[in-house]
Amino acid sequence: MEILLPVLAIGGMGLIFGALLAIAAKIFAVEKDERLPLIEECLPGANCGGCGFAGCSAAAEAVVKGEAFANVCPVGGAESARKIAEIMGITAEETERQTAFVMCSGNSDTAKNKYDNNETIDCHTANRLGGGMKECRFGCLGFGSCVAKCKFGALSLQNGVAVVDREKCTNCGACMAECPRHIIKRVPYSAKTVVVCTSKDKGKDTRNACGVGCIGCGICAKNCEAQAITVEGNCASVDYTKCTGCGVCQEKCPRDVIRMLNGVPTI
Amino acid sequence: MLKDLLVISIGAIFIQNFVLVQFLGICPFLGVSKKVETGIGMGLAVVFVMACASAITWAVQQLLILFNIEYLQTIAFILVIAVLVQFVEMFLQKSIPSLYNSLGIYLPLITTNCAVLGVAIVNITRFGGMDFGFIKSVVYGATAGIGFTFAIVLFAGVRERLESSNIPGFLKGMPITLITAGLLSIAFMGFSGLSF
Repeated sequence: MEILLPVLAIGGMGLIFGALLAIAAKIFAVEKDERLPLIEECLPGANCGGCGFAGCSAAAEAVVKGEAFANVCPVGGAESARKIAEIMGITAEETERQTAFVMCSGNSDTAKNKYDNNETIDCHTANRLGGGMKECRFGCLGFGSCVAKCKFGALSLQNGVAVVDREKCTNCGACMAECPRHIIKRVPYSAKTVVVCTSKDKGKDTRNACGVGCIGCGICAKNCEAQAITVEGNCASVDYTKCTGCGVCQEKCPRDVIRMLNGVPTI
Repeated sequence: MLKDLLVISIGAIFIQNFVLVQFLGICPFLGVSKKVETGIGMGLAVVFVMACASAITWAVQQLLILFNIEYLQTIAFILVIAVLVQFVEMFLQKSIPSLYNSLGIYLPLITTNCAVLGVAIVNITRFGGMDFGFIKSVVYGATAGIGFTFAIVLFAGVRERLESSNIPGFLKGMPITLITAGLLSIAFMGFSGLSF
């Protein structure tokens, strides 16, 4: 009896409260869009945040609300966009696949150092130590903070410069956000030519700092038949939509900063 | 009677402020005080839960006394509070989804908010075990909630100002928040001189 009473009292209370809550749940039921779980299934579920939303389920919610398009997920790419579009009953705009690209090729052999660094540190720390050990203010620091951030194993350090494996890259943007120098950029997968430098320094300074830095001479722009290259702020850049991939710019570049992609080996 | 209620109210809001003097319910106090708006929302939710919890736990306590099983207080009260919080959660999700989203995890955490259980326990143990009576209990619960709201809104106001001020690097974030909370608490200690 002594044990029965408390059990009955608490059990009875739980029962009554449970029943009340069940009724309240009916009254205050929130209608969830049935498409929501379906769309979540189409997304990779890595919650990488590459789309700009808090996670995959937040992205799915945005799609249902119409705040995001079917191609919300850069990681899932065209396939997830097609599936989501099917669920939502809209047509997916074909988006071009883009990948990250490290805009620096100043490796241990070509870029000069201000000081030697034997410590194992990350890029952020290195960036604060006198602005990095590289002479160049814009170059890759080569400590691989981006490599550590990449969930897909697409980044690696090669001779002191981070390099993106464009086959593995899912364009989630984690490395771009991580890089203290902001030299990882999105480049269309179909791009044929890339200027692998972002140095805005004057030609002479760039020449002193690095063997493969763009000095903004403009020879590439003058020789480009498609007029796809522009020089701005002492650095050339390629308009990927205009570039025909003829390769003249690469031949003419005195500093060897232009790389041919697709077919021709990178770096 | 009316004077008693006034004394209880002033006491619960200022002199015995649950957060700043009794140090109960610190978790949401620090967690949801980044914006005044969410602070008010959280405060009102706590007011509702505290007032209802006071009323229901008073009834529950009478039952427990009747069957001579008062030692079940804590578990019984937690049960009541959990149900109330569930109810508030459902209500907010349905009618004010934006507030529901901004309160996030702190809303279900009211369940384990010691301030709420504190109110229920204080209600039945005040004045040497003599109980408060139904009306006084409910008034105490509601005003304790108002005191909580008052504290969290004041604190949120200070934190909003802190956002835009130049704080030394080592104090940024939680350190300056805790220091601010301490100063606010000291300020509230000043009310302890208040007497009727």
